[in-house]
Amino acid sequence: MLQYTVKRLLSIIPVLLGISVLLFIMLQALPGDPAQVLAGEMASQEDVERIRVQLGLDQPVYVQYGKFLWRLIHLDLGRSARTQNPVTQEIWARLPNTVSLSLAAIFIACLLGIPAGIISAVRPYTWLDYLVTSGALFGISMPVFWLGLMLVVLFAVILHWLPAGGTGGIEFYILPSLTLASFVMAFIARMTRASMMESLNQDFVTTARSKGLKEKVVIIRHALKNALIPIITVIGLQFGMLLGGSVLTETVFAWPGIGRLIVDSIHARDYPMIQGTILIFGLLYILVNLTVDLLYAFVDPRIRYD
Amino acid sequence: MTEAPAQACPAPVRSGDGLWKRRWARLRRNKAALFGGAIILLYLVIALLAPFLHLGDPAKPNLIKALERPSVEYLLGTDELGRSILSRIVHGSRISLLIALGVVSLGLVVGVPVGLISGYYGGKIDFVIQRLTDMVLAFPGFLLALALVAIIGVGLENTVISIGISMIPIYIRLVRAQSLAVREQVYVEAARAVGTRDPKILLRHILPNVMVPIIVQTSLGMGMAILFAAGLGFLGIGVQPPQAEWGAMLGSGRSYLFNAPHVATFPGIAIFLAVLGFNLLGDGLRDALDPRVKV
Amino acid sequence: MNQEPQDLGPGLPGAEGPLLDIEGLKVSFRVYEGRVTAVDGVDLKVNHGETLGLVGESGCGKSVTAMSILRLLASPPATIQGRVRFEGMDLLKLSADQIRRIRGNSISMIFQEPMTSLNPIMTIGRQISEAVMLHQGASRDEAWERAVEMLRLVQIPSPRQRARDYPHHMSGGMRQRAMIAMALSCRPQLLLADEPTTALDVTIQAQIMDVMLRLKEEFQTAIILITHDLGLIAEMAARVVVMYAGQVVEEADVRTLFKEPLHPYTKGLLGSIPVLGRKFETGRTDLQEVKGVVPSLLELPLGCRFNPRCDRVMARCPSDPPPLVEKEGGRKVRCWLWA
Repeated sequence: MLQYTVKRLLSIIPVLLGISVLLFIMLQALPGDPAQVLAGEMASQEDVERIRVQLGLDQPVYVQYGKFLWRLIHLDLGRSARTQNPVTQEIWARLPNTVSLSLAAIFIACLLGIPAGIISAVRPYTWLDYLVTSGALFGISMPVFWLGLMLVVLFAVILHWLPAGGTGGIEFYILPSLTLASFVMAFIARMTRASMMESLNQDFVTTARSKGLKEKVVIIRHALKNALIPIITVIGLQFGMLLGGSVLTETVFAWPGIGRLIVDSIHARDYPMIQGTILIFGLLYILVNLTVDLLYAFVDPRIRYD
Repeated sequence: MTEAPAQACPAPVRSGDGLWKRRWARLRRNKAALFGGAIILLYLVIALLAPFLHLGDPAKPNLIKALERPSVEYLLGTDELGRSILSRIVHGSRISLLIALGVVSLGLVVGVPVGLISGYYGGKIDFVIQRLTDMVLAFPGFLLALALVAIIGVGLENTVISIGISMIPIYIRLVRAQSLAVREQVYVEAARAVGTRDPKILLRHILPNVMVPIIVQTSLGMGMAILFAAGLGFLGIGVQPPQAEWGAMLGSGRSYLFNAPHVATFPGIAIFLAVLGFNLLGDGLRDALDPRVKV
Repeated sequence: MNQEPQDLGPGLPGAEGPLLDIEGLKVSFRVYEGRVTAVDGVDLKVNHGETLGLVGESGCGKSVTAMSILRLLASPPATIQGRVRFEGMDLLKLSADQIRRIRGNSISMIFQEPMTSLNPIMTIGRQISEAVMLHQGASRDEAWERAVEMLRLVQIPSPRQRARDYPHHMSGGMRQRAMIAMALSCRPQLLLADEPTTALDVTIQAQIMDVMLRLKEEFQTAIILITHDLGLIAEMAARVVVMYAGQVVEEADVRTLFKEPLHPYTKGLLGSIPVLGRKFETGRTDLQEVKGVVPSLLELPLGCRFNPRCDRVMARCPSDPPPLVEKEGGRKVRCWLWA
C-alpha cells in the first residue's frame, strides 16, 4: 500500500509539469505581443513594459519557462487583464461557490444513481430496469445547459417556485445542482448497473448462494461490495465531467463560480485569468483523482495488503 | 478438458455462420439500437437533402417576423432575427454531423495508430506516449476543448480541432489496452514464430481484434462530439453566427426564454435526439459485438 | 497412475433408504435458438456415506444435475422437472427459505475454480464462518474458532494466521482446501464436488484427494464426485454413473465398470486412457479415441444419442432410442447391445 501511495504521488509530478508546459505554450501560441496581450487592452504602456520585464519576454524561451514555473510555484498568476486584480484573488473569491455546487451535485448523483443502478441490476429486464436504463440513457444524451434552461422555464417562469439564477440560500442550489448532477447521475447509474451485473455473474456469488445465505446478504455483502470498487474510480472521472459541466451550468444560472469566470475571461481575452482558471481546474481534477485512487487502493485488499 | 459450471444457458456450438453475420443478427434483434440507427439515418438524410428542401434561408434575417410562435407558415417558429427555426435546425444538422465526423476521424487517424504502437511495442515508446496521454487527460474533455479554443480561436474548424484533440487520448487508451491484451495471445506468438514482420502482425492480427471497442467508441464519440460542440456554441465560443449550430441557437435563444421559449427548446430537442441516437446505437453495437453472458 | 480401483465398499443405505434419490430429473433452458434440454430424464441414488462418481465429457449435463439439486440454477432461463428426494423431502418443492437452510448445512458444494469461487475481498476465515454463524447460530468468535479448526483439518499450516488471509494470498491447492473446509464446516451429509481437481496441478490433485478422503472418513459424508478424470474416479468412487448428452448411459460399481464396461462410450473412455508401457508390451503406439464430436444439444441425433460415434452401431440404433435397462448386480446400461 505504501509503495502504491508513493508511486501515485510521484506520478502527479509529470502531469503537473505537463500542465505548466501546456499553459506556457498557450501563452506563446497567442498572436501578437504577449506582454500586450497579458496586460490587456486597457493597460498603460508602463504596465505593458513592466509585464515584459517581469516575464522576461525578451529572453530565450527556456528562461521564460523557468520564470513562469517559478511564479507558478509561488502561486503568482499575475493580474487579471480585465479587472487588474490578482488572479489568485479573483479565483479564491469564487472557488467555494464552484466547489460547493460540485459537491452537492456529486452527492445527489451518488445518492440517486447508485441505488438505481443496483436495483436495475438485481431485477434485470423488468419494468423497473427499463425505467432506470431509459432514464439513464436520456440523462447522458441530454445537453446539460438545455436541461438547465428547461428547468428554469418550468420552475421559475411557469411555476415561480424557484429562483432562476444567482446564489444565496438553499433554494438557489436546487436547480443548478440538479442540472449539474443529471449527467453524472445517469452515468453512475449505468456504471453501477453494469458493474453489479458483472459482479452477480461471478462464481463467488454462486458459492455464497450455495452456502445458504439469504439473497439480500448475497447481493449486499458479496456482490455489491465487489461491484463498488470499480465504481469508486468512475466517480473520480465523473468529477471531471462535473467540472466541465459546471462551466455550462454556472453560465445558465448566473452562478458566481470559476466556471463562469473562465467563460467571461475567454470572451474578454483576459489571458492571465484564463491561465489561472485552467490551472485551478486541472489541479482540482488531479487532486480528486488522486484521492479516489488512494481510496480505491485502501478498499481493495488485493492492493492494500501487498 | 475443462467444463465450465453451467450457471445459466450453456452456449450451443454452432459452425458455419460467419462471425459478422451473427453479430449483425444480434444487432438487428436489438430494437433500441435500431431505433437509434433510424434517428441517425433520418438526420443524415435531412442533412444531405437540406439545400433541396426549400425551407427558407437559415441565415437571412427577417426582422418583421421575429420571435413568432410555431404556426403553419413556420412549423417551429422563428428566432430573434426572424429566421425559420426549422430551417436552421435542418441546416444545423449538416454542421453537427460534419463536426461529429471530423472529430471522430481525427481521433481515429491519430489515436488508433499511436495506441497500436504503444500497446504492441511497449517499453520506452509506451512509457513516453502514456505520460503524454496522462498530461492531456489531466484535463476533463470539455475543459480541454475549452482551453484549446481559447488559444486557437473560435469557429467551425477550430471547434473540430479542439474537440478532436480531446478525443485522441481516448482512442489511444482504448486501443492500447486492447493491443496489450491481444499481444499476449498465442496466435500472435505463433505469427511471430513463423517470421511475420511487425507491420503485418499489427495490421492483420492485432487491429482486427481491436476493432470492436473502436467501433463502439466511434458511435459514442460522435454523440459526445455533438454535445461538446453544442456546449461551446452555447457559450459563444464554438461555431459562430450566422452559421446555424444547435448549441449557438440555444445560446442566443436564452435571452428570450421568458417570452419566446420555443427558440431555445427546439434546438435542444434536436441535440438530444441526435446524441440519443448515437448512444443507443453505440450501446447496441457493444451488446452485439461483444456479448457477455446475460443473466 | 494406479488403475486398480480401491475397494471402498458399497455405501450403506440408511434405515429410510438412500440419502439422495433423484427421479426423472429434466432440466431445460430457453435460449434464442430454441429450447435446450441439458439433463433429460436422469435417475440417481446416493446412499449415506457413499462416494458416487459422475463421469462424462464437457456439456453432458453433470454440472447442471448437481446445481439442480441445490437449486442454484437461475430459474427463468432454466426449467427443472422431476423429483429430487433428500432424506425423503423433495428439494424441488421446498420454499426458498427451506432450500436455503439445506444449502451449506445438509448439502454443500465445491466448485472447479477456487480462485474465482472465493470472494476476493473477504478473508478466508470470514467466508468459512459465515456458514457456521448462519446455520448453527454461533457467535462470531465461536464461528471463527470453527473456521480455524476446519483449516487445520484440511492440513493448511498455521491455520490461525491463514484465516486472516485473502484468497489471492494462497496457492491454488490451498484455496481449494479452504473451499473444502468451507463446505464441510457445518458437517453436511452430502458434498457435491464439481470438478474439484481439474484446475489444479497433478501433484496438488493428489493432496486434495487425500484431504477429501480423510475428511469423508471422519465425517461420513456422502460425495457426488463430478469429473471427467477417470483416475480420480478409480481412487475415490464406490459407484459410477456415466452420462452422455444429458442422459445416463451406464451405471455400475467402480470395479465392475473398470473391468467390464458395457456401453461402447464407456469402453471408449476407458480405452482412451494412455497406459504406460503399452508400446513395450504390445508394439502399438497410436492413441485410441472415440471418433466424432459431442453433438450440439440443439441437434441431437434421433435414436441412440451416441450412435454416430459408435463402433458397434446396429441397424436400429439411429432410429430407436434405447431405454436404460437394469441388469444383475445393480448395473444399468442404455444400449441395444444389452437391452
